[in-house]
Amino acid sequence: MAAQLLEVERLCKRFGGFVALDEINLAVTAGERVGLIGPNGSGKSTLVNCLCGTLVNEAGTVRFEGRDLAGLAAHQRTRLGMARSFQLPRPFASMTVGDNLKVPLLYAVNARRRPALTEAEIGARCEELLTLVGLADRARRFPRDLTQVDMRKLELARAMATEPRLLIADEAMAGLSNSEVNDIVALLIRLNERGITVILIEHIMRAVMNFSQRLVVLVSGKKIADGRPDEVIRDADVERAYLGQ
Amino acid sequence: MNSTRSGVFVLACAAVAAIVFAGARAAGNDYVFFAGYTVLQFVVLATAWNILGGYTGYVNFGTAAFFALGAYSTVFFHKFDPLPIPVLVVIGAAVSGLVGLGMGYLTLRLRGAFFSIATLALAVVLQTLVVNWNYVGGARGAYVIRPAEIAELSLPYIQYLFLIMLALAVMAVATARIVEHSKLGYGFATIRDDELAAEASGVPTLKLKLIATTLSGALMGMAGAPFPYFIGYLQPSSAFALEYAVNAIAMPMIGGTTSWVGPLVGALLLGTLQQITTVTISSAVNLLIVGMLLVGFVIIAPNGLIGLWRRVFPKR
Repeated sequence: MAAQLLEVERLCKRFGGFVALDEINLAVTAGERVGLIGPNGSGKSTLVNCLCGTLVNEAGTVRFEGRDLAGLAAHQRTRLGMARSFQLPRPFASMTVGDNLKVPLLYAVNARRRPALTEAEIGARCEELLTLVGLADRARRFPRDLTQVDMRKLELARAMATEPRLLIADEAMAGLSNSEVNDIVALLIRLNERGITVILIEHIMRAVMNFSQRLVVLVSGKKIADGRPDEVIRDADVERAYLGQ
Repeated sequence: MNSTRSGVFVLACAAVAAIVFAGARAAGNDYVFFAGYTVLQFVVLATAWNILGGYTGYVNFGTAAFFALGAYSTVFFHKFDPLPIPVLVVIGAAVSGLVGLGMGYLTLRLRGAFFSIATLALAVVLQTLVVNWNYVGGARGAYVIRPAEIAELSLPYIQYLFLIMLALAVMAVATARIVEHSKLGYGFATIRDDELAAEASGVPTLKLKLIATTLSGALMGMAGAPFPYFIGYLQPSSAFALEYAVNAIAMPMIGGTTSWVGPLVGALLLGTLQQITTVTISSAVNLLIVGMLLVGFVIIAPNGLIGLWRRVFPKR
């Protein structure tokens, strides 16, 4: 059996009286491409925030490569190899596109590398990543000059610059055209082929179905399905959640 | 490469400082040293404020508290056992730096206006403590009698104080520049831009903010340490004066907050203008000028003079 990269057990998160996540169990194997879907308000982003340390879960455990992440801040989880991109791109607006990638190399990668990357090595890695996502010619531009799809690519490239083993892409395609969605899916598949496990949270079903080897469905904070995408979308509970009774 | 550039920069600053000191002596008028001391003091305060307020985006309204802590540390030790001013500067920096660290721990989970209000509250609390602390003069104030000259250097005392503040200004500006171009500077900028994204990129935001509050507080304390010797009579209303908090914010805002140059330019321009106004019109007009300039800059150049420069002459 392949090693579990991420193990989530009985994860609970409440906001006052509202139960956002109710005993979520999830295991992700190294190298997998997992799609996570659910209607608005189903708890997808809350789950991502709990996994990445932005929110603290009240109960349950999250283990990454066998290590319990309880009490670890978001930046510590990033340094362990867990990266995320945000639903709305959050670039460092005062920095150039190239410098945006420098930050994770300086703070995430160099925190675990001995010897640390030199300035020249950091520059080379930034260039390599920008080429990978197709932004090499915009390295000296500022994020405000980028199109929406380029902003999404920058978001993914910055997450990639942390040299993650797990990438959680939170609605990386929202608001993009069909061809732009195809671009991002192709990019995520390329990243996965480099050995990075990817969890994709997405509403665009075409993208999710093209990308995912496994599909997990959340509804009202509960996991209602987990399996092969073609089987999951025919599941009666999933159909009910999306189409109503 | 970076350390070589920083070394060259420090040397250049020291050379400029030497020229400034020689120029002031050549003027042959003590008033130049009095006015220059005040302007340089604002260079230190504005630069110190900018390390937290400009680089990380956390607006501190408590500049006067850190400045006063430095000044009252000096009063305390002057009464206890007078020490040389450079030693008092180190003590002032340590006291204010520690309070900065403590303030950071207590307040840095707050953001935006809430953090700013907390720093304002710190100034009020500290002023109340000082007003009620008899040993350092309490509400009635404390006299610090300074000698007429430094015999070892055969230097009039005001020139000695000017020289010390000049050295502190060089130190503050060099520190700000080194921080700005270092890994720390990148980290600070990410906090200003987006803390969530910073954490997701591996930046330990809380630790960096604590470094910023400590460093900023320490530099403000350094600026305050020689103040009792400069003014001769220190009372809470002069050490905790509104003008320190207002100027420390206005000067970087007018110069530009994202670079070490901004507070330097802002402090030199505004500080000099205030000194000229003081002798030509009235010292009471100072804060009015600051207010008017701030309103003007918010409309014409919201990113300060440096921002305006970059807009007019963008990098190719």
